[in-house]
Amino acid sequence: MYAQVLEERKKSIRRAADAETSPIRCGARSVSGAVSQRACVYCGARVVLNPITDAFHIVHGPIGCAAYTWDIRGSLSSGSELYRNSFSTDLREKDVVFGGAEKLAAAVDEVMRVHAPALIFVYCTCIVGVIGDDVEAVCRGAERKYGNRVVAVKAPGFSGGKADGYRLAGEALLQFLLPHKGRKKRGGINILGDYNLAGETWIIKRYLEEVGLPVVSTFTGDASCESLAHAPSARLNIVQCAGSMVHLAQRMEREFGIPWIKASFFGVEDTGTSIRQAADLLGSAETRRRAADLTRRESERTRRLLEPYKARLAGKKAAIFVGGGFKAVSLVRQFRELGMETVLVGTQTGRPDEYEVLGKLVGPDTVILDDANPAELERFLRERGADILTGGVKERPLAYKLGIAFCDHNHERRHALAGYEGALNFAEEVNRSINSPVWRYIRG
Amino acid sequence: MLDLTPKSVSERSALRINPCKTCQPVGALYAALGVHRCMPHSHGSQGCVSYHRTFLTRHFKEPAIAASSSFTEGASVFGGGPNLRAAIKNIFDIYNPDVIAVHTTCLSETIGDDLNSYILDMSIPDDKVVVYTNTPSYVGSHVTGYANMLSGFIRCLADSRAAKNGGTAVFPGFVNPGDIREIKRMLALSGLSAIVFPDQSDVMDAPMTNTYVMYPRGGTRLDDIRALGGCGRVLALGGFACAEPADVLDKKCKVPYLVLPLPIGVAATDSFVAAAAEVAGRPVPVELEEERGRLLDLMLDANPYFYNKKVAVYGDPDTVIGLSSFILELGMRPGYVITGTPGEEFVRRVEALLRDYDVENCTVKAAADLFELHQWIKNEPVDLLLGTSYGKQIAKAEDIPLVRAGFPVLDRYGHSYLPIVGYQGAIRLAKMIADALMDRQDRDCADEDLDVVM
Repeated sequence: MYAQVLEERKKSIRRAADAETSPIRCGARSVSGAVSQRACVYCGARVVLNPITDAFHIVHGPIGCAAYTWDIRGSLSSGSELYRNSFSTDLREKDVVFGGAEKLAAAVDEVMRVHAPALIFVYCTCIVGVIGDDVEAVCRGAERKYGNRVVAVKAPGFSGGKADGYRLAGEALLQFLLPHKGRKKRGGINILGDYNLAGETWIIKRYLEEVGLPVVSTFTGDASCESLAHAPSARLNIVQCAGSMVHLAQRMEREFGIPWIKASFFGVEDTGTSIRQAADLLGSAETRRRAADLTRRESERTRRLLEPYKARLAGKKAAIFVGGGFKAVSLVRQFRELGMETVLVGTQTGRPDEYEVLGKLVGPDTVILDDANPAELERFLRERGADILTGGVKERPLAYKLGIAFCDHNHERRHALAGYEGALNFAEEVNRSINSPVWRYIRG
Repeated sequence: MLDLTPKSVSERSALRINPCKTCQPVGALYAALGVHRCMPHSHGSQGCVSYHRTFLTRHFKEPAIAASSSFTEGASVFGGGPNLRAAIKNIFDIYNPDVIAVHTTCLSETIGDDLNSYILDMSIPDDKVVVYTNTPSYVGSHVTGYANMLSGFIRCLADSRAAKNGGTAVFPGFVNPGDIREIKRMLALSGLSAIVFPDQSDVMDAPMTNTYVMYPRGGTRLDDIRALGGCGRVLALGGFACAEPADVLDKKCKVPYLVLPLPIGVAATDSFVAAAAEVAGRPVPVELEEERGRLLDLMLDANPYFYNKKVAVYGDPDTVIGLSSFILELGMRPGYVITGTPGEEFVRRVEALLRDYDVENCTVKAAADLFELHQWIKNEPVDLLLGTSYGKQIAKAEDIPLVRAGFPVLDRYGHSYLPIVGYQGAIRLAKMIADALMDRQDRDCADEDLDVVM
């Protein structure tokens, strides 16, 4: 009944076999009236910056934008819990009429009076630009008054897509980093694009440190103002969530001369490749040897432990709908490690080169789609007979309603899915959902 | 965790910390989902509706559909008319709802988009309707948005020329599907056939059928909303959520209304049951009398465990007024009663309840936030937190038991299926509260004091 696909959407949906001759259209604005799974510029900026644990994140706008982003991301902290609170100016009608800049300045004063943090981000939401608040002037004024950093993130939701918000977050981070440009190089790695969901940054950090690659700072999982300030002194940036952090990596290369590589720590294969690659680029012969040892040892161990899962999962069909394209690529490989074929793969913000890789990786009949809506997801999940969907919060109930298993690979995951232990957790979650006894009563 | 919260309270006038409310559009969206075959539509940026759908999904553990005008830079300068026109066409073409319920956002309000003239200019298929309402996010809260969407439906659809049918309509308030089921059950037992508007049961708690149905079985029928104009009376449950829409209906169609508190606890349920009986022209049914008796039995049996326990109640105004009333009936003592929604009427209502039970030293505040509640609790603790999931951080930090009720509950399952309204809902609430307090007593007591019989 809902199987129609809008004419305008047809270019964003392809069979893999056709994707080569006729590339998928991506990065386009969502069609007005679509029930899109996509978010906005503010959302992109907020998710990237929020895990900085000891910064104040003040949302300048009506209450909603702050309320919906309060403590939802599952990023863990080894230090401050400040970032788990919600701060906003809660703009009211009179502020909208007479301007909100004064209220913002007062809010910053109220923060400083009690807490005096080293870093405050001020997020400008949709109406702030429209009512003409000079937020940058307020931020500059506060910096002069208090001598700390007050960085404006001008992220009105309508000004683009979530990916534009990532870019703005990158720029905001750079503003904070630039004064620390002169720091002496001390070697080591920055991890970019990992948000320490369920402690994943810690897992990656542990591998790197174990093979002799010190981690200087992490963007932004478990980051603090202090740790970020050291970032310019690193020698390599590895970028896990490419969608959110490539821009910052490029800027850091230009500003601080730090080269970068994309890395993925999802799945046995990609985790091993990423550790060895970092060691090759940065390490001594000893580091390379240790990287080879660790990845061999861990992948053997993990593959052995994955065997029982494979027996229960092989031949099942997987569907993937996630934020970024690079993660989708890893997930296709990871399902393959479990003996599962990917029959549908889509992203919210995948880029052309990532779709190209995906097209080559999956089978010819796999459906690839950009910015899918629930009707399209439903249609292709059914058509392709998927047994499990991996995605985020909005996809979960859809999958369940269709009688399809689900694995949360987004903010609401409760187990680390990165690294070798993450590969095991992933198999466990996929298994738990696909082989839940509840299906006996649903499908029967 | 939350060690940040300092004990000493500093004056704040600009900074909101840890809100106890959210913005109008999500309430409007939830209200619209209570209409059969309705597609809610957010006239604003794409992110708004993404957040709202996620928020509702986190509470109900259900898909929540809604479309967006997907504003661009251009739309925010030149107006969102073309976006809305394209959206309405696309929605009818692709998703085929019977009605689209448009609400505004802070953005479309601020740039001054005039929904009325946009919609008048559109070609809408003959058998379809588009209703709309204004929901500026910087006024009121999500509860205001819920009320505004009901008013929008009434303005656009309620038929002032409808033949007076003497029927009854019930506006159930901003409650869960489980509450609406319970309200409908009580109405049926009372022998009162009523239009319930809106009705999210069988929409936001639709059963598992192995298929995804975009428009599940439930929801108030459009014809019933049109027929509101011919009703003889409206019972509006919850003044904050329902008084304004009832008034709009009265002004438009001359339908008198009675605003009752949400039927939470004994007295408020009594009022509702009595009103239903009076309208039905029958005595209160014996089933409800018996349920009431069972509730009183439970309250009496467990009363030592409730007595004089100090409680912080927080959440949406109508719900909090109901919960406060019930804990007073249980012999508990409200220490702090707050809502994030602005409106001094809330304070007056709660203070009247407190006076009735001679309770002093209770802080009551509207437009409050959970940070200040936490600070007050640090200075003067309570025995129990009663409210939404957002109190769990305070509960953890201060080691206080938490009973979840209201909107949103994001971190538990099954709550939206079960009522807190009616005598049955009160039995459930009393049990949840007693369980929480008694589990705590068992946890904290010395081994020799642990008793199998309590």
